[in-house]
Amino acid sequence: MATSIASEQPNVPETGRPTRKLRMRSRVLGGIEAYGILIGLIALVVVMLSPFVIIAINAVKTPTDLAANGALSLPQNLTLNNMVAFWNAVDFGGALRNSFVISLCVAILATTLSLLNAFALGIGRVRGAVWLLVFFMLANILPNEAIVYPLYYMAKFVGLYNTQLSVIIMFTVIQSAFGTYFLASVMRAFPKEILDAAKVDGCGKIQLLVRVVVPMMGPSLAVLMVFAFIWTWNEFYLPMVFLVSNSQYTVPVAVAMTQGQHMMNESQVAASALLGVLPCILFFLLFQRTLTRGIYAGSDR
Amino acid sequence: MLPRKAARGRKSSLDRGYWVFLLPGLVMFLIIIVVPFLVTIAVSFTKWNGVQAPKWVGVNNYANLINDPYFVASFQNTFSLLIAMVFIPTILGLLLAALLYSFVSRRFGSRTASFFRAGFYLPQVMPVAVAGVVWGWILTPDGALNSILQGAGLGVLAQNWLGNPDIALFSVMGMMVWFQLGFPLVIFFTALQRMDQSILEAAALDGASGWQTFLHVTVHQIRPEIFVVVLMTTIATFKVFAQVFVLTRGGPGTATYVPSYYTYLNFFQKDQVGVGSAVATIVTLVVLAVAVVFINFQARRDLAEDS
Repeated sequence: MATSIASEQPNVPETGRPTRKLRMRSRVLGGIEAYGILIGLIALVVVMLSPFVIIAINAVKTPTDLAANGALSLPQNLTLNNMVAFWNAVDFGGALRNSFVISLCVAILATTLSLLNAFALGIGRVRGAVWLLVFFMLANILPNEAIVYPLYYMAKFVGLYNTQLSVIIMFTVIQSAFGTYFLASVMRAFPKEILDAAKVDGCGKIQLLVRVVVPMMGPSLAVLMVFAFIWTWNEFYLPMVFLVSNSQYTVPVAVAMTQGQHMMNESQVAASALLGVLPCILFFLLFQRTLTRGIYAGSDR
Repeated sequence: MLPRKAARGRKSSLDRGYWVFLLPGLVMFLIIIVVPFLVTIAVSFTKWNGVQAPKWVGVNNYANLINDPYFVASFQNTFSLLIAMVFIPTILGLLLAALLYSFVSRRFGSRTASFFRAGFYLPQVMPVAVAGVVWGWILTPDGALNSILQGAGLGVLAQNWLGNPDIALFSVMGMMVWFQLGFPLVIFFTALQRMDQSILEAAALDGASGWQTFLHVTVHQIRPEIFVVVLMTTIATFKVFAQVFVLTRGGPGTATYVPSYYTYLNFFQKDQVGVGSAVATIVTLVVLAVAVVFINFQARRDLAEDS
């Protein structure tokens, strides 16, 4: 059940009370083996995180220091010049603002649209709900290139090309495809007694949605918003096609489009990568529990 | 699906008429997804530069693709990428999740397990375009990876990682394993937390080794999640774009071409919208076929097990 994502009590093994199995295992894996595995895992995590560390130490290193001592030495003295140079070259503050506005709008609009769809499919159980769900999931499955050119043509035609609104509309629909599926499977498990009580009270559909369903769906709606926000933040293809002037760039587009430009030296490229990574690390720290549980887990049951 | 029964025979306005709530979603879905997709299919049968009127050419675009080295290479490369994005991350993610769940969190506490899980997951929260820039920086000829190899006395292994046509695809694949690993890991870890613990205890009592338990009990129990992961990552592989765009632009030669990059070139650089649409249509049909086959397979398996 998808509900388990939002409401599950993580069944983390208790470490205080040794179970039979624990004793068996610790007999099999004694001290030395256990620490061997731990050291192996630490080595693997170090490898996983090393690209970020390498980028970080080189982002704050002067170009002459990099040329003289290579990419692996610690910086001789810290400098913010690389980051400032990149920041000013692409108006990174503007890119952060664009990404934030687009992602926040999409998170709110896509969750609202998903909620309406899921209400009809999960609680209303309109005829053919299963087929409609499959149909909505199409938007999630289709590669961007299957729709990009006609959308590009349409956007130019209606004057939305190179506007944030065009990207917001497209991602609202694309993210609501998964959102509909996710919320509908949560709503299908909605307590029947509450729905029956609402009927007896003569409650209308809009009241049922706003006063009864939404308050009980809080955690699932929050999880969906977090994911929709981050997925939209991380998108590249459509923002690159539709947002062509510097002032409209999102963060990934701003970072990627300056690669290979002559004005950028190696140190500034490292600085651009670090600036692209930092907001995501912030999101990760803020939403770690939600993210590391994985929204897809068990949602197919 | 059966319509919900009215509570005790009382007619209520809550029994039907919910389709109104579907209207905004359906209308937007038609405009943004369905109509553009149908237009792409139609355009794939034309020669069109995006400006003048499109000219009907029948199946010519498709016929030409068979001998188009860029098209052939982009599909071959996609099959190689399946190894890096589906096969290796799923198996490695499964092993790591089992190790973290049934060993590390028991032996060293659940906080230690969470720390590892977060460490492996971190690349997944990055925009893949930014992850590409990070790796592009590390993989340049005088970059960090070659410095590490030289420092370790393995200078002979130093390479032009992205510039050598024999190696560039493997470099992209390595980056993708790094990027993807966290996705299966967290899903399998969550699945393990939900797993029925008594089955594991029974297996242990029966004298099954940790390895036997993993293969016969754990993998069997979290089959639905393995299925979701394989499906999602397979679809993602056919959509690969940003990492290739940032790291190699498909090069050197055709070494790292992928279908979405090839459609992008046809649409926006070569003004061959018809050819690009044909490639996009083929990729989409492949992705849809994969999804249908997977879901059918899973549904049949569930039926077989339920009966």
